[in-house]
Amino acid sequence: MTTQLPPGMHLETVDDKIMTLNVGPQHPGSGHMRLIIKVDGDYIVSCDPDPGYVHRGEEKMAEYRNYIQNIPHLERPVIHDSSNILYPYCLGVEELLGIEVPERAKYIRVIAAELNRCIYILYWLAIYGIFLGHSTMFMWPAGDRELFIDLLEAMSGARVTHAYLVPGGVRNDLPSNFEERCLRQVEYFEKRLKEYEAVFYQNPLLRARTEGSGILSRTDAIRLGTTGSVLRASGVDFDVRKKEPYDVYENLDFQTIVLKEGDSYARSRVPYLEMFESCRIIKDALKKMPKSGSVRTKLKPNPKGGNDEVYRRIESGRGAIGYYIVSNNRPEPYRVKISVGSFRNLICMPYLLKGEKLGNMPAVYWGLNYWPVEADR
Amino acid sequence: MSSGTEKDVEVKDTTEEHSENITKSDSMSKGEAKKFYEEKGLDLSPDVPVKPKPIPTFEKSLADKISSKFGDKIHVDYVRADRIRATTKREDIVDVAKFIRDELKYDHAESVSGVDYPDSSEIEVIYHLGSYTDEKLGRQIFALATRVPREDIPNPGSDATRTPSLRDVFYSVEFHERECFEMFGVYFEGHPDMRRLLLPEDWADIPPFRKDFKIKGR
Repeated sequence: MTTQLPPGMHLETVDDKIMTLNVGPQHPGSGHMRLIIKVDGDYIVSCDPDPGYVHRGEEKMAEYRNYIQNIPHLERPVIHDSSNILYPYCLGVEELLGIEVPERAKYIRVIAAELNRCIYILYWLAIYGIFLGHSTMFMWPAGDRELFIDLLEAMSGARVTHAYLVPGGVRNDLPSNFEERCLRQVEYFEKRLKEYEAVFYQNPLLRARTEGSGILSRTDAIRLGTTGSVLRASGVDFDVRKKEPYDVYENLDFQTIVLKEGDSYARSRVPYLEMFESCRIIKDALKKMPKSGSVRTKLKPNPKGGNDEVYRRIESGRGAIGYYIVSNNRPEPYRVKISVGSFRNLICMPYLLKGEKLGNMPAVYWGLNYWPVEADR
Repeated sequence: MSSGTEKDVEVKDTTEEHSENITKSDSMSKGEAKKFYEEKGLDLSPDVPVKPKPIPTFEKSLADKISSKFGDKIHVDYVRADRIRATTKREDIVDVAKFIRDELKYDHAESVSGVDYPDSSEIEVIYHLGSYTDEKLGRQIFALATRVPREDIPNPGSDATRTPSLRDVFYSVEFHERECFEMFGVYFEGHPDMRRLLLPEDWADIPPFRKDFKIKGR
């Protein structure tokens, strides 16, 4: 007997050999999301990701607040990477309102974004380490992360949710002696980062678990529209900072990290190597930054956006973040769409986990550099 | 001006009321309104300076290619530096998308957004397409838009708010289209897995990103 079901609903057939597991949403290994995994013995037959447990409707909220009021709540999806998620919003609003940003503010924004990228990657690395049973790799990055948090606290006054980038520049100027302090800490961190290689990335147990598991080929990485470290670990040379440089990235000296293997190990290694590049960018930006000058173009109170739309994107710790902002001559945006790297990489999960052993699930899952709160928005 | 309008202006000084009063042409003539706001010290000049920008040649050549192929079926909305936007009817969108993939070498979707226009009873679906393989297209985003009819009392999946899915053309739209389905009630025909993604299973209200779904307290 067939029953007409409403769209979006389906009947499930039950097989005695196949067992269904709900990984999450409470299990810390899954983050705030659920993976409906079907296993045959120890092998995963299918995986159906079920995000949405932390959906807060940021896009809807943005339609009710004006361009300045939107700043603090739009950074909530990724508070560990708050400068980067605000960056495309600021670029988009500046384009809509026709604002020029002072040169010094551009450099400060780049420094804030790169410091924040390191904070995010270290946080992610800590979680990745602990779920692979490597508790040293939980302690070290979680501790070293404080270096950058201190720097951003000196810049913005807040430890995690900075709301430092605003349309028109940055909220306030750098404190005195920031340059020396930043340079000293970044140089220390570069030395420190080399120790991670020996203790974690050359660890034979880690390599045995991650090398060759969850392979994503170059063609599939492009076809699935992945982004960020997942894409670059599969041999595609694409980084928004290089391909569509925003602010002053074209003046700065760095290179894109591309690995060819496409396995879990390569995906975990790309963000690590990118931290070295972030340090290079910070040092270079500190050198080239104008030593004085304005850091913020003042906006008119309650600025209106005209009848226009923009799509701006940047590279964050998890991939490209794009903002699509539609304005209709009102102080509030008509529609804000945030296209985030985590959401775009979600499509890999059913693809990569199929055929994997269940024990390897955390290695593949966290290697995707996935942040559930960002994906849900 | 009527006394009621004046009273409103005096009492409420929020932006909401402020901009409503600007558009109220029936109670106040344009000259009167201008004088009224000048006395109050309010600036009525447009916020965005209008600067005509030159049309970039590379983007223009891409837009010309697609408009010469499809003619009346496609309307190029704008050509700017690194951004092209075109609108097409929903019947033609699969053909246009195939042309964009095969001839213009865009290979993935960055985002799929819906925009609700209750005044014209339409919902716009916009695909932002990018390219990883073509070196020249690294900076480019192609926005392909289409409009679907909107019903005041939505019944997602069963009403006329539907459009062909681009999942067979761009595989990467799979989860984006599912999100658009639950948030706007646009059903994508031919999508293999048109289920809800972010909303709870027992969501019984209208699709929440439509304009008639209001946030409490706002």
